[in-house]
Amino acid sequence: MPQAFSPTSILTIKLLILAALLAIVAAILLLEWRMAPAAEEHAAVMQPIMFSHKHHVGDVGLDCRYCHTSVEKSGFAGMPSTQICLTCHSQLFKDAPMLAPLHASMATGKPIQWNRVYDLPDFVYFNHSIHIAKGVACIECHGHVDQMPLMTRQASLNMQWCLRCHTHAQAHVRPLGDVFRMTDMRKLSEQDVVELNRLYHLQDRRRLTDCSTCHR
Amino acid sequence: MSRHPVIPIAVDSRAASARRSEPRGGAQRPDSPERRRFLGLMAASMALASAGCSGPPQEKIVPYVEMPERMVPGVPLFYATSFVDHGYAQGVLVESDTGRPTKVEGNPQHPASLGATDVYAQASILQLWDPERSQTVYGGGQLATWDAFRAALRPRRVAWAANGGAGLRILTGTVTSPTFSDQMAAFLARYPHAQWHRHDPLHDDRALEAARLAFGRPLDTQLHPARAAVIVSLDADLFVGHAAAVRQAQDVFARRRATNPGGSRLYALAATPNLTAAIADQSLALPPQEIERLAWRLASRLGVDGVPQDAFPPPRHPDAARWEQALAAALNAQRGRALIVGGGSLSPATRALVHAMNAHLGNHGATVAYIDAVETDPVNHADSLAALADDMRHGKVDDLFILGGNPVYDAPADAGFAAALRQVPFSVHLGLYQDETGRAAGWHLPQAHNYEQWSDARAFDGTAGIVQPLIAPLYGGRSAHEVLALLAADGAQGGHALVQDFWRRQAGAAAFDDFWQDALMQGVVAGSAARAVDPGRPRVPPPPALPDPPSGALTLILAADPSVGDGSYANNGWLQELPRPFSKLTWDNAAILGRATAQTLGIDTGDVVRVSAADAGAGAAAVEAPVWIDDSQADGVVTLPLGYGRTAAGAVGNGVGFDAYPLKTRAGVHGHAAVRLEKIGRRHAFAVTQHRLDDEGRDVARTVSLTQYRRDPRGDYAPEPAQDETLYPQYRYDSYKWGMAIDLNACIGCNACTIACQAENNIPVVGREEVARGREMHWIRVDRYRTRLGSHDDVPGDEGEAKQTRTVFQPVPCMQCENAPCEEVCPVGATVHDSEGLNVQVYNRCVGTRFCSNNCPYKVRRFNFLQYTDDKVTTLWAQRNPDVTVRRRGVMEKCTYCLQRITRARLDAEREGRRIRDGEVVTACEAVCPTTAIVFGDMNDPKSRVNRAKASPLDYHLLAELNTRPRTSYAARVVNDDPELA
Repeated sequence: MPQAFSPTSILTIKLLILAALLAIVAAILLLEWRMAPAAEEHAAVMQPIMFSHKHHVGDVGLDCRYCHTSVEKSGFAGMPSTQICLTCHSQLFKDAPMLAPLHASMATGKPIQWNRVYDLPDFVYFNHSIHIAKGVACIECHGHVDQMPLMTRQASLNMQWCLRCHTHAQAHVRPLGDVFRMTDMRKLSEQDVVELNRLYHLQDRRRLTDCSTCHR
Repeated sequence: MSRHPVIPIAVDSRAASARRSEPRGGAQRPDSPERRRFLGLMAASMALASAGCSGPPQEKIVPYVEMPERMVPGVPLFYATSFVDHGYAQGVLVESDTGRPTKVEGNPQHPASLGATDVYAQASILQLWDPERSQTVYGGGQLATWDAFRAALRPRRVAWAANGGAGLRILTGTVTSPTFSDQMAAFLARYPHAQWHRHDPLHDDRALEAARLAFGRPLDTQLHPARAAVIVSLDADLFVGHAAAVRQAQDVFARRRATNPGGSRLYALAATPNLTAAIADQSLALPPQEIERLAWRLASRLGVDGVPQDAFPPPRHPDAARWEQALAAALNAQRGRALIVGGGSLSPATRALVHAMNAHLGNHGATVAYIDAVETDPVNHADSLAALADDMRHGKVDDLFILGGNPVYDAPADAGFAAALRQVPFSVHLGLYQDETGRAAGWHLPQAHNYEQWSDARAFDGTAGIVQPLIAPLYGGRSAHEVLALLAADGAQGGHALVQDFWRRQAGAAAFDDFWQDALMQGVVAGSAARAVDPGRPRVPPPPALPDPPSGALTLILAADPSVGDGSYANNGWLQELPRPFSKLTWDNAAILGRATAQTLGIDTGDVVRVSAADAGAGAAAVEAPVWIDDSQADGVVTLPLGYGRTAAGAVGNGVGFDAYPLKTRAGVHGHAAVRLEKIGRRHAFAVTQHRLDDEGRDVARTVSLTQYRRDPRGDYAPEPAQDETLYPQYRYDSYKWGMAIDLNACIGCNACTIACQAENNIPVVGREEVARGREMHWIRVDRYRTRLGSHDDVPGDEGEAKQTRTVFQPVPCMQCENAPCEEVCPVGATVHDSEGLNVQVYNRCVGTRFCSNNCPYKVRRFNFLQYTDDKVTTLWAQRNPDVTVRRRGVMEKCTYCLQRITRARLDAEREGRRIRDGEVVTACEAVCPTTAIVFGDMNDPKSRVNRAKASPLDYHLLAELNTRPRTSYAARVVNDDPELA
């Protein structure tokens, strides 16, 4: 019985199958690359005004809530209005060329457009206020903001990362007084954890990992 | 909107012709057009694939320059204002998300709302964001500016000053606005020869004439159905189509619920199906003339003074005599606690008779009261417009200002308004759209939307409310106040100053600031309701002539469409796609015929007929209309819904349905017009959402008679399968357990829930073709069933033809089953049970297999077959609820019990360290329901409202035999039927 395929066609077929497999792998890699957020993790995001958290938080010692006014009340932490910046900068460094866009904004009534550093997909509903109320510190997700000249993203923001806390919530909370502090978390004693849990009425693991907690 | 993107596959005409000329199965040449086209498509799809899958773009955060007071970004604010429809106010709270109005809720403080709204108030938010709203001034068909209009106005003003405004006419709709009335009075005082005309196609001229006949002056009737044990509707719809509708629905059902079945008995005589007749305990379909005759005979039987004995022969309908007797007995037994309502098609004399009957029964001051007319300077609109058109034809009108409205489209045909308008040298139209009138008039001015302007308006009971803007005019529109002020003086004040000025004069300068703040906060001006007046003894006018239509002709009823009204909402996709309550038609109107009449004429549903006036010769006005047969339509009557066949509504409303206005005549406004129907041999395909009104013996919408309920409240329904007879996992709920109860005793089928849900949950409009394919997207639909009383017991002979059928409306959201069939079949875990019992749909996991939808016995899952959500039109982005994911093509969606509202309440409660209170989570459908038929809450809380509702012996589950254990349950409808009419 003669061979159904000649050796050359067998080789061609094998090569084609290999090429198809490689194409699939390449497509996946390409997709992964293209779907990644614009700003990479730990990479500084350029801003219209080179605002330094290191200076304002680390050196001056401003509280987070001075600028992010709605962080305790709303899902959105709030970005400072031009007016809030000008409470100081109408006096301080008011002629610095770096702050020209700020004065331009006030003069024209056009807001400053900041580049988003932490960007979640639109089907995820993250709420700042509830995390603050339950003792999740700023530093938990945003890192040492007081050491960042330009803001960088400190977490991958993928779902696995979210679940790291949502499955073990009690290990990631701290006393309310420490929520806005930029120091590393104190080691909590066993007793502290129990006490905090009692105070916060933390939802159980099942509730915190329900799809409906973040997606709707 | 209906415009869903079409995948652009350019059909190469050369390729198509080449294919035709080629022999079948012919070998493809290497460079044949097919091959080139295939390669082209491949290349295009590769390019699309790589371009479509780019990562998220760099997003911007744009803070305020100056943050408004009380603003917390991400937390919506609610502003009290009034939604003004046909002149009357409905108090609303408009949700503003960072400055964008996104949703309308009722204002609990407002007498016309009490927290609920109708469908139009819900849809008004889409109208605000409609990209086809008029965006600029047009002068002589050319783009123009407000400045150009002001310049054109200057010489006119000089002329009016010289001649006292002779030849100056202003045409408005119904006006109740105190500020506008005051402005108009001042304007007419300044130009004494100017005239103010009124035209509102749905104005109830007959009510005005009836009040004049009965009391000698225009009085408005105030109904108090909550105090009535017996209500008789003579072709009146208590629940839709007028200023008090939402309030009356609440009042009627204050004593008719699952908690107190049989609290009142409602009789309805109706010529054409209406919601009151559908929910009535006893209803009878009769032609309007017959209803009137029955009314006069009933009045005579009740002994109303001045009513001639046997003014009319007994009606021909076999049941009419029994009805006459039963109504007389029921009304006599409940003197002072009865209520007769006349409406719709009744002639003014018969409606005057209704006033006399109510007076005779001692209902005045108890169930009926009278107030001075709320409308400013009430006139007969049909006469007012006819007089104007007459003057226009005779060259007496030099300047015509049409402030709102669309008379070119909706004026009675014999007024000849459109032709007369061409003879007016200076005509100006102010409107939300550049509609038929806007195109015919010399000038068109964009009008500010209800939510873009300062104004005020009165409710049906005279209560004044301030209209405050939610957003600055999107397209530089101005309000009628501002345009009227502009007529009087160049550089006139803005709406804010005009409205404030008026109220400062009312409240006094000293107390004004407090007054103003209070009026804005509450949405009503405290204590502004009209006081009841003593109407005096109503006179009984002589009985009207009630000629039957000539042989072979039918009585014509022209009715406002339940979805687009008089046509002013024609460009609103939500309303166009909202199934009409009885026919479940979408994107269409139809000539409604009774079954017997249709059979006599040899017409079937879908046949197109020519409808022409019976008394006119050839060449008379005629419209071509497809026929829809409805069993609740009276025989010998054809109903044509108005508001369709628009030519300048916009891309959504143009060319939908047929225009019935050509058959509207001034004579028809006063009497009953007769028409002839003639088949023209064409067929029409409808897009309907429910094809059968029969529940196929599944006992889906249960009804039970009051006597049977009293005998055995639990009924003899088949018991539900035991809890453990299941292979599904058993869940435990330690915290909340959400559930819903729907009271079929109180569902009037008004569709407000459907459209509120659409607004709240970013539900797209799919368009006529997709609805025809069964792909409508509503998360809560209102099914209609025609059932026989107690049809669940299979007693032979119990379902005889003599037993009358009843319409039951049944809202169907997702049942949120405990043993959810959808969850078991999802291969990717995109629909799962959560810890509070919801079947959550996770859009980002869904791959679109549609297994869940196939396995759902309730058919409540909706699939995005195409990219239904319009993501191109940017103004529509602004309307969407930021708390709800916008779904893309290929994703399944369904009712979530308003998960975003549960979450909002949960976060509030958690921040305060407490549990969610009962009533804190109000779903969109529950909030809007005028009769509180829907109750939502925590089933783990024994005292919750939902648990109280579910404790009713009438509570049942839909298709309980399937053991799906739904969270949503229904209370069977108890019919307080009259044994005399059994």
